[in-house]
Amino acid sequence: MLGDLHVEILIIGGGPAGLAAAVAAKNAGVQDILIVERDRMLGGILNQCIHNGFGLHTFREELTGPEYAARFIARVKELEIPYLLNTMVMSVGSDRTVTLMGRETGVKKIKADAVILAMGCRERPRGALSIPGYRPAGIYTAGTAQRLMNIEGYSIGKRAVILGSGDIGLIMARRLTLEGAEVLAVAELMPYSGGLKRNIVQCLNDYGIPLLLSHTVVDIRGKERVSGVTIAEVDEKRNPIPGTEQDYECDTLLLSCGLLPENELTRMTNASLSTVTGGAVVNDRLQTDIPGIFACGNVLHVHDLVDYVSEEAALAGENAAAYVKGAGAASGDPEQIRIETEGGVRYTVPQQIDIRNMRDEITLRFRVADVYKDKTIAVYKGEEKLYSRRTRVLAPGEMEQVKLTREKLGDFAPGEVLKITLE
Amino acid sequence: METRELTCINCPLGCALTVSIDGGNITVKGNTCPRGEIYGKKEVTDPTRTVTSTVPVSGGDIARVPVKTAGDIPKGKIFEVMKEVHAAHAAAPVAIGDVIVENAAGTGVNVVAARDVAAV
Repeated sequence: MLGDLHVEILIIGGGPAGLAAAVAAKNAGVQDILIVERDRMLGGILNQCIHNGFGLHTFREELTGPEYAARFIARVKELEIPYLLNTMVMSVGSDRTVTLMGRETGVKKIKADAVILAMGCRERPRGALSIPGYRPAGIYTAGTAQRLMNIEGYSIGKRAVILGSGDIGLIMARRLTLEGAEVLAVAELMPYSGGLKRNIVQCLNDYGIPLLLSHTVVDIRGKERVSGVTIAEVDEKRNPIPGTEQDYECDTLLLSCGLLPENELTRMTNASLSTVTGGAVVNDRLQTDIPGIFACGNVLHVHDLVDYVSEEAALAGENAAAYVKGAGAASGDPEQIRIETEGGVRYTVPQQIDIRNMRDEITLRFRVADVYKDKTIAVYKGEEKLYSRRTRVLAPGEMEQVKLTREKLGDFAPGEVLKITLE
Repeated sequence: METRELTCINCPLGCALTVSIDGGNITVKGNTCPRGEIYGKKEVTDPTRTVTSTVPVSGGDIARVPVKTAGDIPKGKIFEVMKEVHAAHAAAPVAIGDVIVENAAGTGVNVVAARDVAAV
């Protein structure tokens, strides 16, 4: 496997994206694939997501995270796709030379014909939130708390407040409650939740946990261990309103304040990054503007459903396979169609379409900037409306998608762009 | 007549439902599709949930094995089921689907393992 220090496709990350990409690449006929995973097991974040609700789209049944992962891990093993555990990728060059380090492999340089970036994301930490107060023990990001409880088996606290209503925070509110802890409140800075509605119902409402919208933590108390936090209401500019402060006595504060695609390695390849998604700029083949380097899953943009991660990653795997067999341009190709966003659409993935090589149908995934009611999602080529769909509610917490066919897109004049907007 | 305010969880729309219970006669308002009516009726007559947790596992390559109720259980039984889950433990090897707690809290539903744990 590492003898010749060359592989056709090297996949960085053995979570849901990396696994689905590997399976698709192998099924597309590429034999020489290597998955590099830094944890001690495959499956990534799914291992700690012990709740149900995964796989409704992919398998038509509701699975827990470990069960969903197990299905893909079983496929990787059946297909005899090699993988390295406890192995960290240290660098990736634009020439697709990958340096990795592991206890068993030592430091190795491997040349790959194609690289698939599938490193996932991490959580926004306290340092990025500017919460005043002390720095005692008992402050965790929600995902760290989830790992400590569900995999390592630690109890993390008895009375908790959660800041941020991202899905992991909502899931952890229920998890802590079921384990006998008390969750006093979930405070959300924005006037709407960043999490899925079904999680608010099943994780908060079921257990009578209050969701305080337009509220934030303005103080953390405690020298050794958290002893309490202060929550205040915020105005439209998200500034705390004096006089609304409320003290909560608690020993734990969880932070569920957003996920950040983990793109340190992507930067080393010199691939262009989107300032909106934090991930690479890709074309419809999920290729970055560096030839042979593809990206998929949460490292590309943060998803709310793993099913879509698997679908996207499978596409990256197929396209990487096509690339090593000699097809497909990089996304820096000036002939490619740029997709512009307007009217509350924050971004799309992909950001470009390789119109000459595109498949019969592509999926544009995007998020909106605010909660919108009764809007129409519209796609334009110049003045020509190619697509429109009425929606009742759009929210930043729910990823949307639009499918476009090659037939519908037709031919583009030089410099003509595709525009997606809400109206 | 009793009325309850619910949020439908079938799709991202999250319709605000008003469910009126008048003896055996239940009416749902605020839904935009038939799924909302079904959800609203079930939620006031027989609300059910899947419960997931972990139990300690001895002799395995990980410390905890994730578990779930093999089917939905009545919402009112969640904490009784959890009490039995808290008292349970497993020994490696464990395979997905292995029964960890039989007939949890008399619901007729088993609590089963949600991942394989290899013995070490």
